Amino acid sequence: MNKLAHIFRLGLKELTSLRHDSVLLLFLLYAFSVAVYMPATGSVIGVHHASVAIVDEDRSLLSRRLAEALQPPEFQIPEALPYDQLDAALDSGRFTFVIDVPANFQADLLAGRQPALQVNVDATAMSQAFMGARYLGQILQRELLDYSHQDAAAQAPVGLTSRALFNANLQGGWFLALLQIVNHITILAVLLTGTALLREREHGTLDHLLVLPLTALEIMLAKIWSNALVVVICTWLSLELVVKGALGVPLAGSLTLFLAVTALYLFASTALGIFLATLARSIPQFGLLAIPVIIPMLMLSGGSTPLESMPLWLQWLMQFSPSTHYLSLSTSILFRDAGPGVLWPELAALTAIGLAFFGLALRRFRSSLTA
Amino acid sequence: MSAWAIRAEGLQHGYGKQLALDGIDFKLTVGARCALIGPDGAGKSSLLGLIAGVKKLQRGNLEVLGGPIEQRRHRTSLYPRIAFMPQGLGHNLYPDLSIAENIHFFATLFGLSRAERQARMANLLAATDLTRFAERPAGKLSGGMKQKLGLCCALIHEPDLLILDEPTTGVDPLSRRRFWELVEQVRGGRPQLTLLVATAYMEEAEQFEHCLMLDRGRLIAAGRTAELARVTASGHLDEAFTHFQGGAAPRQALLIPPLPAQSAEIAIEARDLSLRFGDFTAVDKVSFAIRRGEIFGFLGSNGCGKTTTMKVLTGLLPASAGSARLLGQPVDAGDLATRKRVGFMSQSFSLYGELSVRQNLELHARLFDLPASEGRTRSQALIERFGLTEHAGDAAGALPLGLRQRLSLAVAVIHGPEVLILDEPTSGVDPAARDDFWRLLLELSREQGVTIFLSTHFMNEAERCDRISLMHAGRVLACDTPAALQQQFAAQDLEQAFVRCLEQAQGDSPAAPPAAVAAATAGAVPLQPGFSLRRLRALAVRESMELLRDRVRLAFALFGALFMMVIFGYGISLDVEHIAFAALDQDQSPHSRAYLEAFRSSRYFDERAPISDAGELHRRLQRSELKLALQIPPGFGRDLLAGRQPQVAAWLDGGMPFRAETSRNYIEAVHLANLERLARESSPTLAAPAVARLETRFRYNQDVVSVHAIGPGVMALILAFIPAMLTALGVVREKELGSISNFYATPLTRLEFLLGKQLPYLVISLLNLAMLVALNRLLFGVPFKGSGLTLALGGLLYLLATTSLGLLISAFTRTQIAAILGTVIITTLPTIQYSGLIVPRSSLEGGSALMGHVFPAGHFLDIAVGTFTKALDLRSLWPQCLALLGFFLVASALSVWLLKKQEV
Repeated sequence: MNKLAHIFRLGLKELTSLRHDSVLLLFLLYAFSVAVYMPATGSVIGVHHASVAIVDEDRSLLSRRLAEALQPPEFQIPEALPYDQLDAALDSGRFTFVIDVPANFQADLLAGRQPALQVNVDATAMSQAFMGARYLGQILQRELLDYSHQDAAAQAPVGLTSRALFNANLQGGWFLALLQIVNHITILAVLLTGTALLREREHGTLDHLLVLPLTALEIMLAKIWSNALVVVICTWLSLELVVKGALGVPLAGSLTLFLAVTALYLFASTALGIFLATLARSIPQFGLLAIPVIIPMLMLSGGSTPLESMPLWLQWLMQFSPSTHYLSLSTSILFRDAGPGVLWPELAALTAIGLAFFGLALRRFRSSLTA
Repeated sequence: MSAWAIRAEGLQHGYGKQLALDGIDFKLTVGARCALIGPDGAGKSSLLGLIAGVKKLQRGNLEVLGGPIEQRRHRTSLYPRIAFMPQGLGHNLYPDLSIAENIHFFATLFGLSRAERQARMANLLAATDLTRFAERPAGKLSGGMKQKLGLCCALIHEPDLLILDEPTTGVDPLSRRRFWELVEQVRGGRPQLTLLVATAYMEEAEQFEHCLMLDRGRLIAAGRTAELARVTASGHLDEAFTHFQGGAAPRQALLIPPLPAQSAEIAIEARDLSLRFGDFTAVDKVSFAIRRGEIFGFLGSNGCGKTTTMKVLTGLLPASAGSARLLGQPVDAGDLATRKRVGFMSQSFSLYGELSVRQNLELHARLFDLPASEGRTRSQALIERFGLTEHAGDAAGALPLGLRQRLSLAVAVIHGPEVLILDEPTSGVDPAARDDFWRLLLELSREQGVTIFLSTHFMNEAERCDRISLMHAGRVLACDTPAALQQQFAAQDLEQAFVRCLEQAQGDSPAAPPAAVAAATAGAVPLQPGFSLRRLRALAVRESMELLRDRVRLAFALFGALFMMVIFGYGISLDVEHIAFAALDQDQSPHSRAYLEAFRSSRYFDERAPISDAGELHRRLQRSELKLALQIPPGFGRDLLAGRQPQVAAWLDGGMPFRAETSRNYIEAVHLANLERLARESSPTLAAPAVARLETRFRYNQDVVSVHAIGPGVMALILAFIPAMLTALGVVREKELGSISNFYATPLTRLEFLLGKQLPYLVISLLNLAMLVALNRLLFGVPFKGSGLTLALGGLLYLLATTSLGLLISAFTRTQIAAILGTVIITTLPTIQYSGLIVPRSSLEGGSALMGHVFPAGHFLDIAVGTFTKALDLRSLWPQCLALLGFFLVASALSVWLLKKQEV
């Protein structure tokens, strides 16, 4: 009972400290509002708002028709480009695709001479190059077939209807908004507690705590609950106001379950933060140690780049990162409306990772102070 | 030249609504020696800060050394003429730097030539008896040595005005004596030196000819010390102070009731206690036994092991040998029950600065399990008892040193402990408050039988102890009642006994007084105006030395980058492969199997166990076990043969839209392949030939190998985070730890300060860049096609930009937490999302596009990818280089603007 009271009181102290750092609060506000809204509306992974230019050497009805076939939201309205600027335009990265319609293209086509239409792709634009080229090709092919009055689709012996579950129109913004929230939760959980702990050590207040009738467990749990509470509230507000409100994303699943899982994730990642803090001897060291831990947790959790395409050893390594499980759980809960019955293996994994980090941190906590 | 060194008229200074100084008028002649006394929180530090030009003048006129201090030009010309030593033991020193390096740094800032520097340093080190320790890091010095070093650093430029803020607080009597001897020697050599010193020791103040008395922000008396002291019959300065304070009744002399009948019970016992750190023995076979209810004093020079012994007794440090018992129990770090019976106060302020006085007290009451109501009443009682009523609602961190000490004490006794272990509890507390505190201690000891173990540097406090022990270099030299010790060393008073005892132990007579310090040298070197490369270099060298000595930080910076490059090089790939799929084949005919076979044989798809019904299909997609489910309807084969165009359904997991979209593309491709197969099977003659050929050329990266595009891009990612993190703490850390006062008090300009901090990290980051380029070429085999020079130039500009971003955050934030968090939060989004690593920058819209253009990562990504894969050079990449340069200039200008050369 007393232990709980201690944990509660110490946690309140943490909250007071946080409240007094106005610059920190400003960063929190930014992280859960602007930084969630902006990428969701302005940068969609996949073929979206792709930049296209057309070098039209034919200047025919057909070439104009091809240009008009490329429409938002997948493509920007193609810009006309003189032939001699084709290379420079691709070099500068101004356009990802440049279509070259050769002279006499329409005439050759009508005469059945099978003219060649050239699509230049900036293959360094990884997320768009390959898929976009395919997509662009399909559109152009269809347009050409239409033009020559052939209808291929009607003759197909088998039809294919593909439907996306959980996000029927495959709106990339939904996912990106969630990804930003998950990223910011990770950053806050690891950095906030770890730095706060080291700061106490630098200021000598940790010594002071350790002579009070408090156990290391109480001190750690107090830090975890208070920081987790702040982040869970930020997450909830961000989901309600930014994701559901401003972005209008229909969240299919249970918000309560999601927030509960978030709390579990915070336990795991905060424990990781404390563990890292016990490895560092000063805040500057901690900052540099945290970067190569956090950034891979963000980049390789499966949100920005698919897990399945990584080498096996890396896939295996990422299974130890709580962020991998949390991201997968988040999408399952919020978009696929999955319940605990379906999710228990991931939940168990996340809990196990959390307990492991917590155990490690606890072990090092007292010993790192005297060293 | 004016005969006045300082002339103040109507000075007023406030923090928020609170006035710290009000209506201060006084004058001080050149060459005067003046003491500044007053209780804690009277405004002494504020006044000294204003005179030193470290604090910004708010109201009133203040002339220092012949000119108004608020005039920037005059203030700039004063830097070499004023020396300011702020409060606190060694707060403005650099703990990782040795004594010689610390002095060297200050000497360079003040523009001393090598010869001058060496001469003066040798002189000062000899005078302070620090020559032997010249190579020892400042962080490992004792408090007294730190103060002596602080004085050396302050005197190296031979100032005309020396301002010392409680320089001897927390310094033992012997060191204190030597400190003042040193100051006297300096004055002997420089008669024009004006000296202004705040002190908590009345006997020190009595040595100065002039005295300023400050109380609650007002100057209550000023004049010759001897005349001021004469207002009361006793002729003591402290009684004079009380008189000027408003003629309050003279304080009752403190009476020490005798220790009641000796109880045999031992409360604290140490037996042959030793503690070694590596080769260094901090505590060497210390033994003592303290009876219940006794007040036991611990005296000794700074750094002799008093604090360490106390930490062992509280269980903070484990003993290497010997035993320690507390209240009959062996000291055990895990023993919570004993901890509840002990109150501990550590030497450094260790309460929560953001919490108010009352909140701190109530928090501790709760942590010691006092009931809420009792906690509140006790807190209130202690607030009154310790004279904190006026400050009960103030943040503890904003209190002056003396008040903070009182609060720490109040916290140590909140739970009514049986044993109190107090490490220099009255250090920095004014005499009146110290007496009050002793009344409380005596009450606790005599009436409640509380055992008190304390360390102190005040001899009058030592005299009040029942027994004292003298400690030196880890050993207890003598242990007895004060009177017995005085006898033992045949001394007139305890201080003499102490000094004799220490001198015997050190085996040296009082250090042979060295020749008057720096008598022959030229005095302050006039300041070269404006930007100075020398000062910039001094700062950069200091910062580099600190970095080089922090091997761990250096290793994290270098290996962190390599580690990220390797795992991102392998890990980031936007090829969607191995899509997990399963089939719900409701037909089970040769035709349906043939259709599915095309998916099985594709490298893009990995098949999982087949699905048996629609419910399972949904569940498995929901669990994310499958990304794709193919449903073949009953009668598929029959319908196909009958030409009824059966419909195959592909269910995709839309949770991650990008992947779903890619999958859809692949599905359609496989479907088309199926159609072609069916067409071939039905009629050997092919369908109509295509009307036109579509030639798709993948430029720069013909095979669409992810790493060729990702590798150079990842460099932009890594070099955004690590350099920014390296500099992000540069300014804010100095703010938090106190060494920022050197920036306020020396001629360093803002630009010198910022660039000096940036340079070493720029070099480390360039090293990082070189390693990453090598890794790309050697490990990932990314061909390099463009101009290496352009990559180098772009890299340099990019690193300038990212390190200046870190500094900007550092100048903007107030705490290290905010700086670290801000750096990562601000850098993450634009670097990962808007740099073009994943989404091409040309596809960004709105605010995202703006951020993509403003933030440096995108520009460097263009440069890195352009030079690596597109064979570009500066002719095409100059706009990106310009953008980076622009970012660097704007960020640096903002930092200069945000950084203030004076405190508020």
